[in-house]
Amino acid sequence: MTAAVFFGCTFIAFGPAIALFLFTIARDPLRVIFLIAGAFFWLVSLLLSSLVWFISVQISNKESAAQQKGLLIFGVVLSVLLQETFRFGYYKLLKKANEGLLTLSQEETMPISIRQLAYVSGLGFGFMSGAFSVVNILADSVGPGTIGIHGDSQHYFLSSAFMTLAIILLHMFWGVVFFDACEKQRWWAVAAVVISHLIVSCLTFQNPQYVTSLVPTYVILFLMGIWAFYSAGGSLRNLKLCLTCKDKDFLLANHRPR
Amino acid sequence: MANNAEDIENSMETNVSPEPTQQPQEPGGVRARSRGGDGGGGGGGSNGSGPEQNGQPPAAARPPRVVEAEEDEDEELTLKYGAKHVIMLFVPVTLCMVVVVATIKSVSFYTQNDGQRLIYTPFPEDTDTVGQRAVNSILNATIMITVIIVMTLVLVLLYKYRCYKVIQGWLFLSSLLLLFFFSYIYLKEVFKTYNVAMDYFTLAVIIWNFGVVGMMCIHWKGPLRLQQAYLIMISALMALVFIKYLPEWTAWLILAVISVYDLLAVLCPKGPLRILVETAQERNEPIFPALIYSSTMVWLVNMADTEWPKRNSTEAATAQQEAPEGVTSPAPSVLSQDDGGFNPSWVNQQQHQLGPIQSTEDTRREIQQMPSARPPVDDDDEERGVKLGLGDFIFYSMLVGKASASGDWNTTLACFVAILIGLCLTLLLLAIFKKALPALPISIFFGLVFYFATDNLVQPFMDRLALHQFYI
Repeated sequence: MTAAVFFGCTFIAFGPAIALFLFTIARDPLRVIFLIAGAFFWLVSLLLSSLVWFISVQISNKESAAQQKGLLIFGVVLSVLLQETFRFGYYKLLKKANEGLLTLSQEETMPISIRQLAYVSGLGFGFMSGAFSVVNILADSVGPGTIGIHGDSQHYFLSSAFMTLAIILLHMFWGVVFFDACEKQRWWAVAAVVISHLIVSCLTFQNPQYVTSLVPTYVILFLMGIWAFYSAGGSLRNLKLCLTCKDKDFLLANHRPR
Repeated sequence: MANNAEDIENSMETNVSPEPTQQPQEPGGVRARSRGGDGGGGGGGSNGSGPEQNGQPPAAARPPRVVEAEEDEDEELTLKYGAKHVIMLFVPVTLCMVVVVATIKSVSFYTQNDGQRLIYTPFPEDTDTVGQRAVNSILNATIMITVIIVMTLVLVLLYKYRCYKVIQGWLFLSSLLLLFFFSYIYLKEVFKTYNVAMDYFTLAVIIWNFGVVGMMCIHWKGPLRLQQAYLIMISALMALVFIKYLPEWTAWLILAVISVYDLLAVLCPKGPLRILVETAQERNEPIFPALIYSSTMVWLVNMADTEWPKRNSTEAATAQQEAPEGVTSPAPSVLSQDDGGFNPSWVNQQQHQLGPIQSTEDTRREIQQMPSARPPVDDDDEERGVKLGLGDFIFYSMLVGKASASGDWNTTLACFVAILIGLCLTLLLLAIFKKALPALPISIFFGLVFYFATDNLVQPFMDRLALHQFYI
């Protein structure tokens, strides 16, 4: 039973992300590198936010549970803000690298477009975020144990897996929307991304009432997905052509920067 | 690049010309572009390999377009070339780390403290006071690094004075020990963990085959993938030995000190490894191909069998595996303690051969002029592979292995990503400076920073978040 839970939760959490990686990123070395760089940036943001949280815990009253919880909530909010800041920083770095490469080469187009970079970096953030959230839980799900033996929820593993799936896909959509908004200088869109990230994280404060946290999260996921689709240049016509396999250009793998 | 384009056209033409009536769309298109018709086919058929096609008659329309395409593609291909070679190193480094982490997590032998130590780290770390422990670990690290420096100097001297046979024998013995004895121990522990019953006869046959094929692949000829697989396996075995036999603080200190030493040895003008690289380049020899993981260049190993009088240096070069000097000591009594006789000295040798080897252009041409049937060099891109020393594999895997042994999965992941990013930055610097660079400093620095930061700062935070099921 534990092996089944382990494999089930792993595939729920990472299945779509790994499929995206295998089909669209694994073949192009440049995308893999930018994916790992995105993961690294997320990691650095987490490091900074945990540093701040750690310091605040050390100087606080360790006995008071309410204060600790308050500090944890503060840590979550700070972490979200830092993640988005690092996403912006990564965007700036990529723009600068792009410009540098453009001046070096005689071509007008880059080997990788800013939209592909948005997708890849969003997925990198998502991979790392999902992995850090769920890998320890998955490792525990293999071992001997009974879930919820002290009265906690029985659905801990499953809800964690679904939440991780949502977070990974959300990071990808946020990446696409964020970069597109930065390109077009639409700061309200950037603010909307940050606010939706905050909403999703704050929704998890209601765990273990999974209905109130998971359902809105998936609604936000769906909406962000549609937004990302439109900002990446998709449309209903494109979608129809893609689904009937008539438009090869639509596939991201064949995307040429215009 | 241009050669590729010409080769494709060539093959298309030679395919099409015997059957001019059956023309699928694509070769038709290619033919129209290149020459058209059977005349072109005949002309194409007479050509041997791609590069010689340049002088042929109907190519008047082609050279300008080809050259143009070449220029346009150059910058992009430089970038892609760099990226492809980064991935060619990411994959084996990742594989080595995965093997080490999987072993550490499943086989408890490598994380048990049996009280045994290497003779190079004689001071114990289970002392009463923290101060004493710190002093002991500093002393251990000092002894180890001194041993490594001495070994490197000995090797450089041997190489400089052309004692190739000594080096060759040393490396041969070391790889023998690694492939037979350490893999036997590893297999034994894996069987113990999974409670697999196996008789000694079967085990002997397995170990014999594994070892002999390994020796052949590493020191003589073998398929490239198999050679790469063996190099990864012996790096993983070595990293596991270090994880088991080096005490905690000593291991971290050694990692830090070795990356500093690496930096100095490769970049300082009088650094031993820099002298080694320069001597090898002066003599126009490839440097120690057998102890370096190479993403291409299988034919360099083939060169060992050429009867070239001045190529005996490459024979020694192909047999370059640094043997521990501990092998000379009587084997049976010290084997239990002296596992680390197999010490980092030999691994350090080639951990800096990071970079395109200029001498291969010449040697490649020489090989091409040989009458033996070799496929022509058709893809310049592929031939300029990247090399990474096995010592780098070993220390990267050792860092990640220790992270997985003492930390949890978050720490392991963080160190893994940090090391990969460090490797990426090192390769970027390589592309800029185009000379041999130390691969350890940046990666190990990032790895250490992320290990300690994740273990002490991030881990409590993520634990609390997971407890309440908060997501960030």
